Amino acid sequence: MMEEKEHKDFQDSEYWATNAEQGGWSLASTDEGNQKMDIEEPQEELNIQMGKEVLDDYIGREEISSEDDRMIVNMGPQHPSTHGVLRLQVELEGEIVRRVKPVIGYLHTGMEKTGESLTYSQGCTNTTRMDYLAPLFNELVFSLTTEKLLNIEVPERAKQIRILMTELNRVTSHLVALATGGMDIGAISMMIFGFREREMILNFFEKTTGLRMNHNYIRPGGVAADLPDGWKKDIQEILEEIPKKLKDYDQMLLDNPIWNGRLRNVGILTTQECFDLGITGPSLRASGYEWDLRKVEPYSGIEKFNFDIPVLEDSDVFSRWRIKVLEIQESLKIIEQAMETMPKGDYRVDDKKVTPPPRKRLDESMEALIHHFKLFTEGFKVPEGEAYVAVESPRGELGCYIVSDGSSTPYKMHIRAPSFCNLQALPVIMSNSPIADAVASIASLDPVIGDVDR
Amino acid sequence: MEEQIYNIPADQLRSKVLELRNQGYEMLVDLTVVDWYRKRDDRFELVVNLLSLSKKKRARILSNISNEKLECESLTDIYPGANFYEREAFDMYGVIFSGHPDLTRILMPDDWVGHPLRKDFGLGKIPVQFKNAPKV
Repeated sequence: MMEEKEHKDFQDSEYWATNAEQGGWSLASTDEGNQKMDIEEPQEELNIQMGKEVLDDYIGREEISSEDDRMIVNMGPQHPSTHGVLRLQVELEGEIVRRVKPVIGYLHTGMEKTGESLTYSQGCTNTTRMDYLAPLFNELVFSLTTEKLLNIEVPERAKQIRILMTELNRVTSHLVALATGGMDIGAISMMIFGFREREMILNFFEKTTGLRMNHNYIRPGGVAADLPDGWKKDIQEILEEIPKKLKDYDQMLLDNPIWNGRLRNVGILTTQECFDLGITGPSLRASGYEWDLRKVEPYSGIEKFNFDIPVLEDSDVFSRWRIKVLEIQESLKIIEQAMETMPKGDYRVDDKKVTPPPRKRLDESMEALIHHFKLFTEGFKVPEGEAYVAVESPRGELGCYIVSDGSSTPYKMHIRAPSFCNLQALPVIMSNSPIADAVASIASLDPVIGDVDR
Repeated sequence: MEEQIYNIPADQLRSKVLELRNQGYEMLVDLTVVDWYRKRDDRFELVVNLLSLSKKKRARILSNISNEKLECESLTDIYPGANFYEREAFDMYGVIFSGHPDLTRILMPDDWVGHPLRKDFGLGKIPVQFKNAPKV
């Protein structure tokens, strides 16, 4: 019966299998027959195949199997897609992740302890090494907290240089997030592209601060050096190039069916979960809640600039990827305005107790020599008190809590690291989804292990 | 953003946090401990930073932990995000949070002895031996 029916199908259709017309061939025995495609694909099917509509999320089997079917697999700490030395204990049931436990501490170097023995002017060399993809933000938050305790106001130019540099840093950090995120999902070109564009900005950083990472450029009382000659030309080049490249990324990924299929409706993190777990930054904004410390708690005069906060509603991995692209565009707007309206003036605060004297003065003035000596041996004293200041780092709220006992080293220095807190979302977004989505979920949170372990 | 600072005894900490949560502080931003070794009678001070996103306010709760017990109640059932922070505080200062679901070391190795961020834990106390170090 079966064979007859299939044979009839064969005769009616326009398809034919090799040698089938010679007779004696059962269509079911050939590969071609089994692969027969419909002549007209329904539009809904086509939409799914083209990635315009995504029906995912994977729904695992509901019935709970016995303990024997589960196994605990160790992922990391040397796994390349865990962005450093993150270790995950993953409980698997077949291919489905049932429970996750992040294990951290492999990069712990006791920076908060070290910070208690470094003076305030040395402190930035320490904090800059925490979040190594966004070092300038760490320097900024430490400097802002120290300045709040000292109760000093830095000059306008210093403020604007800080904004310019940190927003450039946000672009580099998001570019790395896009690049490594792309690599995790299999878009190797994205990895090359992201690091290529980042290099352009890192070259500018090297020109300005002397180093590509770990700059120690933003210091309590201002910045370490003025912008180099011809900085406007470099920034203009960056402002011309990056938007073009962003268009390239969009062309490659935005309507890409594989990219959409892998990312849409995967790793849902709702606004309420963000509130409960203390998750801020792009992940919170991708869940449809508008919250950015640059708007609600402005620092360094960022309230003067005209920019928007991108908010997306889907709260999945795709929107967490997309929001980073949109934030790069907004950051470029700020950079352009900061470049055009850069005020003239001093780049360090005019306070002899905080700012070391220029080299030339040391040969002329005894007082300058004494100040220089005191600042570099003992450091400046900070009045007693405690302060918490937060800035919007590329990963969320980056806070610094300093307790001063009146000496020249912090009595207690604590950094509220966004990556540390954001890692708590991993069990929420990874459980009950296939292990293939796990890597995409980790990449979407963009954890930096230096920031997690400190 | 306006910031409010509360000084609360450790036994009322939980009720105060609950009260603030009901007043619209949706997020626990930060939790840490300050060690006032030989400077104050109660050695450890718990610092909890709360954030209200709807009202755009911050609150900081400072609370002294008594020396005899070194214990305070966990906030993980009010704010699940306190989990990692309390583990860190336990790891670094040895303060015990009763009611925490998994109070283990988080950053230091599991077999570590001592709590490194305490003031009486010296910097560079543990000698590190390097392989192939040149003989002096």
